[in-house]
Amino acid sequence: MKARWFALVVFAFAILLIAITTTTVKNEYFYTASYTVLQFVILATAWNILGGLTGYVNFGSAAFFSLGAYSSVVLYTLFKAPVPVGIVTGAVVAALVGLGAGYLTLRLRGVFFAIATLALSEVLYTFVVNWDFVGGARGAYIILPNEAAFGFHNNTQYLFALMVLMTAFSIVVARFIEISRLGRGLAAVRDDEIAAECSGVPTLRLKLVSTTVSGALMGMAGSTYPYFMQYVEPTSSFSLSISVNSIAMPLIGGMHSWAGPIIGAILLGTIQQLVQVTVSSAWNLLIVGVLLVLFVTLAPNGIMGWVDRWRARRKRS
Amino acid sequence: MTGPLLAATGVTKHFGGFYALEQVDFEVGAGERVGLIGPNGSGKSTLVNCITGTLRNDDGAILFEGRDLAGLRPHRRIRLGIARSFQIPRPFAAMTVLDNLRIPLLYAAHTHGGLWRTEDQAGDEAMDILGQFGLEAKAREMSGGLTQVDLRKLELARAMAARPKLLISDEAMAGLSSNEIDEILAILLGMKERGIAVVMIEHIMRAVMRFSERVAVLVAGRKIADGDPGEVMRNPEVERAYLGE
Repeated sequence: MKARWFALVVFAFAILLIAITTTTVKNEYFYTASYTVLQFVILATAWNILGGLTGYVNFGSAAFFSLGAYSSVVLYTLFKAPVPVGIVTGAVVAALVGLGAGYLTLRLRGVFFAIATLALSEVLYTFVVNWDFVGGARGAYIILPNEAAFGFHNNTQYLFALMVLMTAFSIVVARFIEISRLGRGLAAVRDDEIAAECSGVPTLRLKLVSTTVSGALMGMAGSTYPYFMQYVEPTSSFSLSISVNSIAMPLIGGMHSWAGPIIGAILLGTIQQLVQVTVSSAWNLLIVGVLLVLFVTLAPNGIMGWVDRWRARRKRS
Repeated sequence: MTGPLLAATGVTKHFGGFYALEQVDFEVGAGERVGLIGPNGSGKSTLVNCITGTLRNDDGAILFEGRDLAGLRPHRRIRLGIARSFQIPRPFAAMTVLDNLRIPLLYAAHTHGGLWRTEDQAGDEAMDILGQFGLEAKAREMSGGLTQVDLRKLELARAMAARPKLLISDEAMAGLSSNEIDEILAILLGMKERGIAVVMIEHIMRAVMRFSERVAVLVAGRKIADGDPGEVMRNPEVERAYLGE
């Protein structure tokens, strides 16, 4: 499918989904749960642009997420910025830090790059904890006015709708990158960077695009978080579980295509929501761990790997 | 155009105190077939790496079609027309053989092959090149699972897909059987018709003598001979380097 048609279909589906849910579903919890799952769809999709397509493991997704969240906090504290402004700013700030992280790939590869991103996350965490303007370790409140924008019933629904649109946008971007010339170049970088460079691929530029876009999408996902929770504090926004989930979801869904992270995020995110309600949120990371072990041993190419194998077998017979 | 296609003068590269290349001059004319020989560790691959941009030479100048290559990264050099194969094959292992060729077709071939290619055009062209190398039956296979001889062919095919003016083949025949060597030699000899200059780095003298119009010899980072293959072989210095005193 042409990228333009795909975008049209995805956005049409997103708008339809918003229209149906906001008119029929009143249950607040539904919105909270779906918002969280969609947030992970974006994070997983964004992580996969760098991790799956380019082969650089980012262990600091939470940092980019928090950059988005705290950009919103700063803007709101300064001049009560509306949500869309927070989204754009969050994405831009995270993109710039992503660009900076991209230059790390000049010297760091593999596990060393992963450690550097984890370190980046810790540095930013420490910075935020000690920054009084955004509440430091106490956290910060964002209370939106009672009337929601654009005629939504309440802010929860409004932010849910924005999240659906942002998810659609991320999916369109991820698929576009994957099927374009850029995606082929990134795949070459993943397989062999020197051979890629010697085949005409401008590896540094491509890696910078990859880290920037990946960072921007993560920042975008985080930018609405403080509006939605009405409160944000560094321990939860920099939580390791965000970083781990962003890696585990594409791994479980399949890293070689845009659909993998979506499937992984919906599957893992939904299980976590169910367990949180029925048992306890303390189980969430345990579930991630167990599923990861299962998938790494039984289906190293994730769910999409199964699908591809099944397709190939059907074609042959 | 006058002057050589590639002109390297005074190329020097050292790793710490060890001089891998010392004041090496090396020229290749348009469409010329040059053999580059020398014992292991004599600097052949280092010279290739300096020409293709994988390493930076510490001293000396490398001109391609009269243009100074200093500071250009490898992807810019292959776009100018300098392609190489790797001594140890470096396929894009998670891609099919066909997709391996798509990379240079999409990223390098446009500069002197005319327009940017679309995915489909690149696919057709890649199939065409694979045909010349006898790899078309394996086009849909994952390149990571190829046999050694097919990997060597893929290396050359991928370099060809960049539509180069100069192809540097770095020991494409090492470890292959005599039939396989003939196969690859035939492919390299065929480049002449397409006007592609070839530098063949090789230890297999039978192949070098059959292939080369000119032979250059590197020993311990210095070029000790350069000229007609027969004369170079009779050169006492070359004999000493290969056979000892």
